[in-house]
Amino acid sequence: MIDFIKDNLILDDPLILGANISILLTVIGIVFVLTYFKKWKWLWSEWITTVDHKKIGIMYILAALVMLFRGGVDALLMRAQLTVPNNAFLTSDKYNEIFTTHGTIMIIFMAMPFLIGLMNVVVPLQIGARDVAFPYLNSLSFWSFMFGAILFNISFVFGGSPDAGWTNYAPLAIEGSPGPGINYYLLGLQISGIGTLLTGINLIVTIIKMRAPGMTLLRMPMFTWTTLVTAFIIVFAFPILTVTLALMTFDRSFGTHFFTLTGGGNTMLWSNLFWMWGHPEVYIVVLPAFGIFSEVISTFARKTLFGYKSMIISLVGISLLSFLVWVHHFFTMGGSAAINNIFSITTMAIAIPTGIKIFNWLGTLYKSRIQYTTAMLWAVAFIPTFVIGGVTGVMLGMAAADFQYHNSYFLVAHFHYTLIAGVVFACFSGLVYWYPKMFGHKLNERLGKWAFWFFAIGFNVCFLPQFLLGFSGMPRRVYTYVPEDGWTLLNVISSIGALGMGIGFVFIVYNIYYSFRYAKRETTGDSWDGRTLEWATTTAIPPHYNFAVIPEVKSLDTFWFNKQETGKKEKVEYKEIHMPNNAGTPFIMSALMFVAGFGLVFDLWWMAILGGLGIIACMVIRSLRSHKEDEGFHVSVEEIKKTEQSFHEEA
Amino acid sequence: MFKKIKPFMPIVAGLSLLVLSGCSDLIVLDPKGPVAATQRDLIMLSIYFMLGIVAVVFVVFTFILVKYRDRKEFNDKDYKPDMHGSVKLEIIWTIIPVIIVVVLAVPNAIALYELKGQPESTADKEPIVIQATAVDWKWIFSYPEENIETVNYVNVPEDYPILFKVTAADSMASFWVPQIGGQIYGMPGMVNDLFLQADEPGVYEGRNSNFTGEGMAHQEFDFVALEEEDYRNWVEETQENEPKLTKGTYEKLMLPETVEKMTFSSTHLNIVDHGQNPAYAMKIREKYGIREKSEGNEDGKVDGNDSNESHSNH
Ligand code: HEM
Ligand SMILES: [Cu+2]
Ligand SMILES: [Cu+2]
Repeated sequence: MIDFIKDNLILDDPLILGANISILLTVIGIVFVLTYFKKWKWLWSEWITTVDHKKIGIMYILAALVMLFRGGVDALLMRAQLTVPNNAFLTSDKYNEIFTTHGTIMIIFMAMPFLIGLMNVVVPLQIGARDVAFPYLNSLSFWSFMFGAILFNISFVFGGSPDAGWTNYAPLAIEGSPGPGINYYLLGLQISGIGTLLTGINLIVTIIKMRAPGMTLLRMPMFTWTTLVTAFIIVFAFPILTVTLALMTFDRSFGTHFFTLTGGGNTMLWSNLFWMWGHPEVYIVVLPAFGIFSEVISTFARKTLFGYKSMIISLVGISLLSFLVWVHHFFTMGGSAAINNIFSITTMAIAIPTGIKIFNWLGTLYKSRIQYTTAMLWAVAFIPTFVIGGVTGVMLGMAAADFQYHNSYFLVAHFHYTLIAGVVFACFSGLVYWYPKMFGHKLNERLGKWAFWFFAIGFNVCFLPQFLLGFSGMPRRVYTYVPEDGWTLLNVISSIGALGMGIGFVFIVYNIYYSFRYAKRETTGDSWDGRTLEWATTTAIPPHYNFAVIPEVKSLDTFWFNKQETGKKEKVEYKEIHMPNNAGTPFIMSALMFVAGFGLVFDLWWMAILGGLGIIACMVIRSLRSHKEDEGFHVSVEEIKKTEQSFHEEA
Repeated sequence: MFKKIKPFMPIVAGLSLLVLSGCSDLIVLDPKGPVAATQRDLIMLSIYFMLGIVAVVFVVFTFILVKYRDRKEFNDKDYKPDMHGSVKLEIIWTIIPVIIVVVLAVPNAIALYELKGQPESTADKEPIVIQATAVDWKWIFSYPEENIETVNYVNVPEDYPILFKVTAADSMASFWVPQIGGQIYGMPGMVNDLFLQADEPGVYEGRNSNFTGEGMAHQEFDFVALEEEDYRNWVEETQENEPKLTKGTYEKLMLPETVEKMTFSSTHLNIVDHGQNPAYAMKIREKYGIREKSEGNEDGKVDGNDSNESHSNH
């Protein structure tokens, strides 16, 4: 065992050694603080075992911010390496590991959890529900995501990171990649993928079954709509990923031949299966972003969303098309002209519903009264930047032209324009917007605007030049180049932009600290003069049961119109509220998934089997005892009165 | 105010970058053969359309952002909070993208079919067939007719259709000579056809653009277009003066490493056809003790590196 640790712990690289030490110090620090302030019990009973959708959402977002930091450091390291030709800062091997972890972390462990976190916090409130449909499952989702993320992340200090790209193409990822790196990728994604799939199911049932009385489908806020559609995409797409990852795990660990070079495997099968999940995946992250922008724009434009129905139709249209375009990721694989032509057309067709959305947002802003808050700045900046991402997407969709863009920096620029201007801007916008709902105070606007300008300008400076690098023939994923290539100037500019984004991120983190210390506390639940039900809670931070009385919905933007009506406050009558119990098994079960996953990464069969048995044991225990645990508890009328009154006095 | 300038920043930045970088560097837009020229035309067409769209959206966007910002002298008549849609407008902005997509889809379709065949300008000439094989991290070119093989460079006559038969011995690679024509994958166990043609003599950069691991950045080759006579002379000289490709030499080429340019007066096609035999390179590596994850192990375990081996003994 000691030898095993000695062999795999990476100590020969100063960068990683530094990381090792800082991880160790952080862990010691956290343990010390928790022990010193006697917070272990608090941590366990308030957070680890919680089934409250708001707390789970907050944990998702925290984890996503940490992952954004990790992925961002990866990005800066890569930009540092590429700034000048023939740079020896990173070796090829290190660079390959870094772009692989960067891409995987940003999409799987940053963008998705950030959005799922916001969904968790917001969607039940928006539909006037007390929690999600399956709170226990929700906790399991979170913890399996979390342990999947931890498993993936320890690869860089223990055993070596995956290095075959986030697309992990065969046969490079099988015959070409010895060592545990790829196994980390396969199992980290597998475990967190379970969480995502469960979240998808949970959100569908929540939105279909738990809407407040009067909230018909056509009265649902846009963010809830996008969440619903996204959840459907998840449920259809993630099983593909699960199977695909499992097949490669078999290839690598049990000697099967699905994707191998030898033994009759089919390497193209991986590319197909990967992108059958992978393309819907990019819509899984971008559709909720569209929802966030819709909410923020309509709130701060102080105007109803323009074209609500066409927004929904285009949303559904995009989600269907997203399953019909995967071949555009390998037009160059030698498919017939007819095949490439069909997939060109489906791909370009996505521009139609997307265009509708862009114009609807402009329509919302037209004849409105725009308040440029930080949240609104992110949302407004999204429009022109995403248009650039969109039109270059159409260009890439033209297969005959894509033969020249494929695998080049043109592509890198394009997908960062969609992923950053689409997803990251939305995450920041949503974070600022719903922050008072989660923490009871706003983020500082001044600091927020500094962050915005640094990040948004830095982003364009970083990625616009990359379109030109593509036209100059620079392929993606190269760790270095020579001066004669003529790429130096554009790369220097690009790196300067990346630095700007880094500074922007620092502002955001500092803002969280600063606002925690100094921001004015919110006294009402309606921080921005909002339109939808999440702002209708009686306290700034909703009580664990969300609504003392479930609101009645009479229209779209129901809260907004209620406020207009003013006057007669009816005497409300409280009833007991039934809430679910906390649960520890989701955490334990996910920890066991981690154990089993770790065993599989290193072919430690005893560990994998023990972990697997543990997981089954957890399921059995849960099945046998669920009728007792599921009973939950009742919040008494007295307690509700007390909570609600304490607020009224404050206000 | 910053806000007003903001939407223009990308355009301004883009234009100034174009100027800075000097258009000559944009090799994709500077084609030296009919294939790349077709693609350049298609790209330029789409760029004009896209710049048009971007311009329209940015102008409308800026106008709205400035006009409707909340401010002291805000004109209340401009504020219509309950305006929730307009069927007419929504239909208009559905139809416009449809038209644009159709307008772009047609030339794209034409180009796709055109690129599958031999370039029109030389339709009367019998194409020269060259087999291009990607091996980690090099390119091997075989001329079956001429019985010549080159490594990391390929000589072709100008104004002559060349039919590249692209394949790979191990990782999936992408064959790309930006100034001559777009990419096609080389994959083990398969052969993809790609017609290319150079219009003027010169040395053009070619490379693998698909990630194949450690040496991928150096998996480059020279695409050399010669006057037809020079090309014929080179073929003759090579056939007479260069060594034959032996089995041993070829096996060395299967190892994952970069190599210098080489020339031989016979091809590997009688040793192995990678289009038929995807396992060949792995077998050779095993023979030479290059132990990547291999299928040869009976237990089929990942035991590529030492650390893994040592733990499996515990
Ligand atoms: C914070 C600013 C960011 C910078 C400076 C940055 C920079 C980079 C760089 C330099 C590469 C490698 C290019 C190459 O060698 O091929 C890369 C790849 C990638 N990035 Fe980013 N990135 C950023 C943010 C993001 C975000 C937010 C996402 C997703 C939500 C993302 C997704 C990806 C993906 C998927 C890849 C491809 C990885 C692969 O080739 O396997 N990036 N990025
Ligand atoms: Cu796609
Ligand atoms: Cu193939």
